[in-house]
Amino acid sequence: MADVSSRRRAYLDAQRRRERAVSAVRLSLVAGLFLLWEVAARRGWIDPFVVSSPSRMASTLAQLCRSGDLWLHLGTSLWETVAGFTLGTLCGALIAVLLWWSPFACRVLEPCLVVLNALPKTALGPVFIVWIGAGTESIIAMTLSISLIVTILDVLNGFLSTDAEKLLLLRAMGATRRQILFKLVIPSNFTTVINALKVNVGLSWVGVIMGEFLVSKAGLGYLIVYGSQVFKMDLVMSTVLLLGTAAAGMYQGILWLERGLKKHFGVIV
Amino acid sequence: MIAELEHIQMIYQSAEGEVEALRDVSFGVEEGEFVSLVGPSGCGKSTLLTILAGLEPPTAGRVTLFGEDVTAPSGRIGFMPQKDQLFPWRSIWGNVTLGLEIRGDRDGAGRQRARELLEQYDLADFAKSPPGRLSGGMRQRCALIRTLVTDPGVLLLDEPFSALDCQTRLTVASDIGSIIRQQSKTALLVTHDISEAISLSDRIVVLTARPATVRNIHTLDAELRALSPAARRVHPAFAPLFTEIGKELGLDG
Repeated sequence: MADVSSRRRAYLDAQRRRERAVSAVRLSLVAGLFLLWEVAARRGWIDPFVVSSPSRMASTLAQLCRSGDLWLHLGTSLWETVAGFTLGTLCGALIAVLLWWSPFACRVLEPCLVVLNALPKTALGPVFIVWIGAGTESIIAMTLSISLIVTILDVLNGFLSTDAEKLLLLRAMGATRRQILFKLVIPSNFTTVINALKVNVGLSWVGVIMGEFLVSKAGLGYLIVYGSQVFKMDLVMSTVLLLGTAAAGMYQGILWLERGLKKHFGVIV
Repeated sequence: MIAELEHIQMIYQSAEGEVEALRDVSFGVEEGEFVSLVGPSGCGKSTLLTILAGLEPPTAGRVTLFGEDVTAPSGRIGFMPQKDQLFPWRSIWGNVTLGLEIRGDRDGAGRQRARELLEQYDLADFAKSPPGRLSGGMRQRCALIRTLVTDPGVLLLDEPFSALDCQTRLTVASDIGSIIRQQSKTALLVTHDISEAISLSDRIVVLTARPATVRNIHTLDAELRALSPAARRVHPAFAPLFTEIGKELGLDG
């Protein structure tokens, strides 16, 4: 027994060492890249006025932080993204349920969905601005339009490919359509829904930044456009960095949500 | 007769045309009897089960269960599909009580029954486990308990062993067969495996290729019926019956 457990310990140790090595190399790659960037900018190999540099970005961010602008812009974009993301995912899933419920409606609306999916949603931006007004609502509408159709298509597709034999089993038990939906179709599509969430995080940021480019008084998209117009590349680059961090943070949030749901509902394949 | 099919015809319509799956199929199942349906693959055996379950109305003919016409799924049949189809997001307990939940059965009798069956067939320790922890044979037993929990009058088994590998298949088939006999259930088994049919049934209905009609009905003699599935396979009457059914299915070349 002792032999087995020592072998096991050796295996686990090796695993842990490997993990640590991966993290270390990962971190040093990022650090190295930033260092190289900084050195290149200071030695004049590249023009920091055009490509900025880590130290200039840091001081820009510190300044933004002190003036309180950082929280205004980050908060605005975050709020828009979360609102668009939540609306897009909820409405998309709800519409997918309705279309699953009525195969006739599904057939009728199928071409509309395909056309809307193929349409570059950016084209709708000016339309929303005219209809809803130049403000946050338009940005949220654009974010919604970007994630909504994809969610409907993905979730509906998952619903429709529910195992036929499991459906037969439930129908033979005398299950109603409602019972089939809640006891089979939705739980068996847990992974589909989580994947839709993951895709939507990215899409929602696209929608928000695009919206802010077109119409905004605040937000990360606004900072980027403003920075590029007045040629403050330090501002542009640090905002992009901030944006990346925020998007990664939200994605991590979805991963936690997934883990929590899995724990709550038991093992899900 | 607990279940009876009279002159069943089934024609499927599709954009490509009509397909006649069943033609003039008539047979009945007596209370407590184990009947097997054998036939070439794709001949419409499973269609007969969906008709009996009330999931599809036949094009022509009459189906009765307990003397009543079958028009919709009822709680009187228990359906066991090809794969165990246990829901991976439910525990074993959640799976075996699925039928009770669908029925809205809130009284304790059904749950008590589920507990007893799990206990009786050595699955009680796994009640809280997810199905993934169980072996193929145990999963199949769990699937059978799921059908037994609602106390159906007739069990419809749609090739429930076909997804298992050769070796587990023999043991699981006799395991399931003996549970069905112990619970004195009426069962209709669809299979394309002749030896499985002989080792489990009281009667065997042989169907022809599509459109399926009844080719012959074999009633096993009392001596063979008294034996366990394993003992039947080595009984002298086994091989001749196997050959005869094989010929009827056109397997003699």
